[in-house]
This record gives sequence, structure tokens and C-alpha cells, in this order.
Amino acid sequence: MASNKDSFGRTLFVVVGLCFICSVFVSTAAVLLKPTQQENKLLDKQKYILEAAGLVDTRAGEVSKTQILETYDKYVEAKLVDLKSGDWAEGNADTFDTEKAARSPETSFKPENDIASVKRVANKGVVYLVRDDAGALQTVIIPVKGYGLWSTMYAFLAVESDLNTVRSLVYYDFTGSGETPGLGGEVQNPKWIAKWQGKKLYDDQGNLAIKVTKNPAVAESVHGVDALSGATLTSNGVQHSLDFWLGKEGFARFLEKARNGGLS
Amino acid sequence: MADAKELKQVLTGPIISNNPIALQILGVCSALAVTSKMETALVMTIALTAVTALSNLFISMIRNHIPSSVRIIVQMTIIASLVIVVDQVLQAYAYDVAKQLSVFVGLIITNCIVMGRAEAYAMKTPPMMSFMDGIGNGLGYGAILLSVGFVRELFGNGSLFGVEILSKISDGGWYQPNGLLLLPPSAFFLIAALIWIIRTIKPEQVEAKG
Repeated sequence: MASNKDSFGRTLFVVVGLCFICSVFVSTAAVLLKPTQQENKLLDKQKYILEAAGLVDTRAGEVSKTQILETYDKYVEAKLVDLKSGDWAEGNADTFDTEKAARSPETSFKPENDIASVKRVANKGVVYLVRDDAGALQTVIIPVKGYGLWSTMYAFLAVESDLNTVRSLVYYDFTGSGETPGLGGEVQNPKWIAKWQGKKLYDDQGNLAIKVTKNPAVAESVHGVDALSGATLTSNGVQHSLDFWLGKEGFARFLEKARNGGLS
Repeated sequence: MADAKELKQVLTGPIISNNPIALQILGVCSALAVTSKMETALVMTIALTAVTALSNLFISMIRNHIPSSVRIIVQMTIIASLVIVVDQVLQAYAYDVAKQLSVFVGLIITNCIVMGRAEAYAMKTPPMMSFMDGIGNGLGYGAILLSVGFVRELFGNGSLFGVEILSKISDGGWYQPNGLLLLPPSAFFLIAALIWIIRTIKPEQVEAKG
């Protein structure tokens, strides 16, 4: 047997057989584990939504799964928004896949001024409304994404019910290997996140005024946030993400309507 | 069947005297990348140990049937399948760590330790010993990773496994962390220092000059 193991037929047999066994093995694992992985992904996202809303503190220690699910179910409501009109859109926001919708030409558009390098934008966006125990609106959370230095950065921008005051900006995911640790990666540093609290997105005329800046005088102001030192390009990416998603090809219409009392 | 002494040699040899990183200088790339925290270093060690042990086992089981002309491809197929499965398992059961390890789990495929043990050991040794050899080399890899991770996390971030040990100035304590240790190049110095120490204790590891 060993003598003819190098023959052409044997070689082909071993290679094809091995490929077959390995592919069955890999696909079985992938299919069996998929539900758990999706659950993890969803749970992770919900955790960051709660963190952006200030309902859980992941820094204080491990947050249990049931705690996330219960808090999320109790206070958070996901809703779909039609970006063009700014009105609520039909559909189940909990199962809506923004990334998938952005890939299909029928459900997305190509932005004219793509400053955040998002390529395509889904016609509908998901916003998260966070209410308190009495049912009064506390926080509105808007997903933003944009290109930093190395990766596309995903974040949740939480604004108070006046739709102007920032509560928090929480970066929760990066494509590839993310931004440089210690430099651009500092977008996840709690101290930097804390700088966003209380800043105003719009000036008195209603123009978008929030600026990530290196100018200390501006950073002190109510519209300015100190840029990350050593991470100019990541900081620019944050600025562009906000400009884009709060701009007219993002959630501007929705926010305008909501500020004029359209949110109920 | 191999006796207990040989088994012990196979299992513990790679930890100091025949360490894959320190003596053979293999698998350094991931050792630089994932050692800024103990947690990622530990999970990476477990992942690599699982892959090396199982790939050694399977390759050894079919070693008499592998045609020599395509043996590297056959080894790669087995290793790659195992790595994908390990990656999937991590994403399902250790999501946070899997997110931090990102591409490096996938890169176990190209880790020279796995390939090296498959080609140099599993191709000519029975399955059980090959399996043990995989575990031994995983432990050797882990010993270096955890030592480097220990220094990097303790002095770079003042913590171990995320638990604060030295309170940092930025959090109101007294310790000024060494930022260099959080960057990959610091692992070069630490691994070099470890190799120096090991070779001082065991001079027979020093390569002959000339």
C-alpha cells in the first residue's frame, strides 16, 4: 500500500477525500455555531447602545447577558427612519440590516458628498429611542460610521431629547484590525468619550457646529471637542462621520423634524 | 508505545530547552501582536495549542497515506480547516476576546510553529506522541507569550488580566505607565531579553560561530 501511495490515482484520491472531509467539518462547525455568533453580535451591539445611553457602565465590570437584554427591552425602542423625508418608515427596525440594505441598489443610494467614505447609504436608517420609567423620551441614539485612518469606525451618537445636546459618542466596532492602539484607538478611551458630554451639535442658527479640533479655544467651547493627539486622521474621520450622518444625506431631515416636535 | 520518560520530554522539552519562540525563533509575529494584554495572550495560546495538537494528531493519523508530492498542501488544508473552526468557536463563545484578536486567529494558519511541527514531527511519529508534541509546543509558545504579556500589561497599563495592580496617574494613582510597552516593538526587546536569559542559563543553545 505504501509503495504506490505516490501514484497519480492515489494522490488524487487522498486530496479529493481530504478536501471533502475538511469542507464537511468546516461547514458543519460554521452552521452549528452561527446562531450563537449572531446572538453575540446583537448582544454586543445592544450593550453599546445601552452604554451610549448611559444605562450600563461596561467599565465598571462585566455586564451580564440577562441584564443587557432586560434593560434593552425595557427602555430602548428601535425605529426606522426614511432618510430622504425624515419621517418614520415602515418595517421591523430590530431585524433591519443596514449594511445589507446599503449593498443593494434598490434599497440604497450613493451619496453625492461622501466625506466619510461610506460608499453607499441605505434609504432607511435605524434610530434608537431611549425612554425612562415614566415613558418620557430621554435619549435618541443615531448610528454613525466613517473611515478613520485604517478602518471604518462604527459608533453610536447619543443625544438628549432636545436633539442638540450630546450625551455620548461610543465607538463599538472597527473593520479589519482597527485604529492604531494608543493613538487613533483612543476614540474608545472613556476620558475622551467623557469630553463629548454636554456639547451642542448645532449653533443658535441651527447650523451644524460640532467640531473635533486642535484649537484649545474652540475645544473649550460648547461646540468643540479636543482632538486626539497623535491621531489627526482618526480625529478627522470622527468629524467627517458626524458631518455626514448629521448632514442632509444622513439624518438631518429627521433631526430637523424631530426638533420641531415631530417625535412622539 | 512510548515510555513515560519520552512522553515527559516531548511535553515539557519545548517549554525551556527547545522553545519554539526562544530557540527556533518561530511564531514571533503573533507574539508581538497579541501580548499587550494577558487575556488575549492566554486565549491565543489556547487557540494555537489546540490547532497544533489537533493538526499534529490528524496529520500523523494519515501520515502513511499522504502522497509526498502534495504533502505540504495536505498539511495546510488540515491546519486551515482547524483554524477556521477555532475562529468560529471563539466568535461563538468568547466574542469579546475574538474581537480583540481579530485577524490573528486566522493568521495561526501561517504560524510557523504549526507548520514546523507538522512537517518535522507529525509526519514521522505515531498519533499520540504527535498530539503530545503539539501540546508541548503550544505550552512553550504560551510560556513566552504569557511572560511577555505579563511585563507588557503590568508595566504598560498597570494591570493584569484587566485587574488594576499599579494605580495609574491618569486614574489618580502614582504609577506612570510606560507607553512603549503597549506598542508591538517592545515585545521585540522583551523576547530578545528572554532569549538572552535562557541562553545564559543554557549555553548549549548558543549557535556556533562562523
